[in-house]
Amino acid sequence: MAVSMDLEELKETFSFFDDWEDKYRFIIDLGKDLTPLADAEKTEANLIRGCQSQVWLTHQLSDGKLHFQLDSDAHIVRGLSAVVLIASNDQSPEQITALDLDGLFDELDLLAHLSVTRGNGLRSMIEKIKHIAAHS
Amino acid sequence: MSIRKDFPILARQSRGKSLVYLDNGATTQKPQVVIDAIDQYYQRHNSNVHRAAHELAEEATQMMESGRSLCQAFINAESRKEIIFTRGTTEAINLVANILTQRIKPGQDILITELEHHSNIVPWQMLAERTGANIKAVAITDEGELDLDDAAAKLTKNTALFAFTHVSNGLGTINPAKVLIKMAQDVGALTLVDGAQAILHLPVDVQNLGCDFYVFSGHKLYAPTGIGVLYGREALLEALPPWQGGGEMIEHVTLTSSTYQSAPYKFEAGTPNIAGAIGLGAAITYLQQQPIAELVAAEDALVSRALSGLQQIDGFRLIGEPAKRSAVISFLLEGSHPNDVGTLLDQQGIAVRSGHHCNMPLMTRLEIPGTVRASFSLYNNDEDVDRLIAGVSKATTFL
Ligand SMILES: Cc1ncc(COP(=O)(O)O)c(C=O)c1O
Repeated sequence: MAVSMDLEELKETFSFFDDWEDKYRFIIDLGKDLTPLADAEKTEANLIRGCQSQVWLTHQLSDGKLHFQLDSDAHIVRGLSAVVLIASNDQSPEQITALDLDGLFDELDLLAHLSVTRGNGLRSMIEKIKHIAAHS
Repeated sequence: MSIRKDFPILARQSRGKSLVYLDNGATTQKPQVVIDAIDQYYQRHNSNVHRAAHELAEEATQMMESGRSLCQAFINAESRKEIIFTRGTTEAINLVANILTQRIKPGQDILITELEHHSNIVPWQMLAERTGANIKAVAITDEGELDLDDAAAKLTKNTALFAFTHVSNGLGTINPAKVLIKMAQDVGALTLVDGAQAILHLPVDVQNLGCDFYVFSGHKLYAPTGIGVLYGREALLEALPPWQGGGEMIEHVTLTSSTYQSAPYKFEAGTPNIAGAIGLGAAITYLQQQPIAELVAAEDALVSRALSGLQQIDGFRLIGEPAKRSAVISFLLEGSHPNDVGTLLDQQGIAVRSGHHCNMPLMTRLEIPGTVRASFSLYNNDEDVDRLIAGVSKATTFL
C-alpha cells in the first residue's frame, strides 16, 4: 500500500466533501495510489468470490501484524479497498477483529457500497479480512 | 404525445436529482391504472379462483380469466387455452424444459445461442443432464448478430429443440425470429422463443411466427412482478405431461392416482398469482389504448439520438452493432470497469445497469467483463437522453 494517510486524516478529508463529485474523485484517486498487485498474484486463489468486479487480496503475518494487499479491476472498488486498508492494515489480528468497518463506512456515507445488491464485493472483501484475522 | 404522466414513479427524485430511469430491460415502471387494478382487486374482489361458489370467487375468477384473454389477443394466440400463467419468463422456460423430459432422447441436440440470458441456458443444461442430450449454441458475429450459416449448420435432424431470444437483453439485437423458426421446423425441431425483451417493443404474433412456445414476463411490460406467460401450441400442450402437481391442475384425485385438467389449468398447480394476472390484463389494456406504433417509433428515434450523442464521447465504446437494434445501448468507457460507470451515473440520478446482465457466455465470447446498459421504454424522453449523454461525459472525467 502506498496510500500515505491515516484513518483520522481520511475521516477529516471526507468531512470536507459537500458533493458526491469531490468524494468520488477522491476515492478514485486513492485507488490509483494503491500499489497494484503483481500479475503473478492475481490468481484464482487470491480472487474474492461474490464480486461483479474482480478483487484480489493477499496477506502476510509478520511481527504479530497482518499486512494486506488489495487490488481490483474497477476504479471505485480499488478506491474503497484503499479505505479498507487505511482502516485495517498493519494491525494485529485482534485489532482487526475488533474493527467496526460497517460503522466506518456509515460515517463516511459510503454504506450503500456494502449492500449485498451492489455485488461489488466490498462486503466479501471485509468478510475475508475478518476471516483471515480470526484465523491468524 | 407522452405517456410519462401515467407513471407516478417517474416524478420522483434519485440522489437528489430528477430520476432518469434507463434500466427498463431489467424491469419497467408501472402506470397508475395497473397500480389501481391491483389495489381494487384487493380492496373489493379478493378471493380464491375457480373454487368456491360465491360472488367474490366468481368476480376474481372472471377478472383473472379476462387477463388471460387479453394476453391471448395481445400475442394473437389461437385459443385462450394456450396461455399459461407463470411467475415469469424464467419459470415458463423451466416449465417447458421439465415437461419435455420424456421427449428428449440421449444424444439429441438442444440448440441455444451465444446471445441467451441465463434463464434460457441453465434450464436446458438441466434438461440435458436429465436426458443425456447435448447443448449446442449458435455463434454470433462480432457485431452481435446471430450467424445464420452457423444456425443452418447446427440445426440438423438430430436437433430436438431450438430455444433463442427474440431480442438480446445484453446487446439489443433483434433476431429474425420467423426465419429461425422456419429453419428449425424444416429439420423437425421444436422452437421456444424468449420474448422477455421483445414483448414491449415489437408486435408479437405467435401464429404468424409459428413457434411452439413463446415466453415473456409481465414486469417488463408495465405489469407487476411475479406474473408471466407461457404460450404453447394447444395440440402440443395437450400431448405433454404436467410439471408441478397440486390443486387446480387436477380433474380427479384418489390416494394413489390422479387425472388432470386440460391446458392451461394442467400447468397451473396451486393458487395462481391472481392479482398479478389482473395487473397484467390492466397493463395490456393500457397498452392497447396507446398509439403503440407511434410510441415505438419515438423510442427508436430516442435510441438513435442517444447513440449518436454517446459516440461523440472520447473513450466511448459501443458493444454490439446489430443492424436491427431494439431499445438497448450497451457500452464501455475505455479504461474503466462497467460498475464504475454505473456508480457514477447513479450518483447523477441516472439508473442504468452495469455488469454481465445474466449474459456470462456472451460476455466471455466478447472478451469483456460486462457492459453498462442503458435500456429505454416508451416513456423515456429527450431529457433522459440528454442527461444520459451528459452523465456519461461527466463520468469520463473521473476515469
Ligand atoms: C432475454 C431475457 N430472458 C429472460 C429473462 C428473465 O426474466 P425473468 O427474470 O422475469 O424471469 C430476462 C430478464 O432479465 C431477459 O431479458
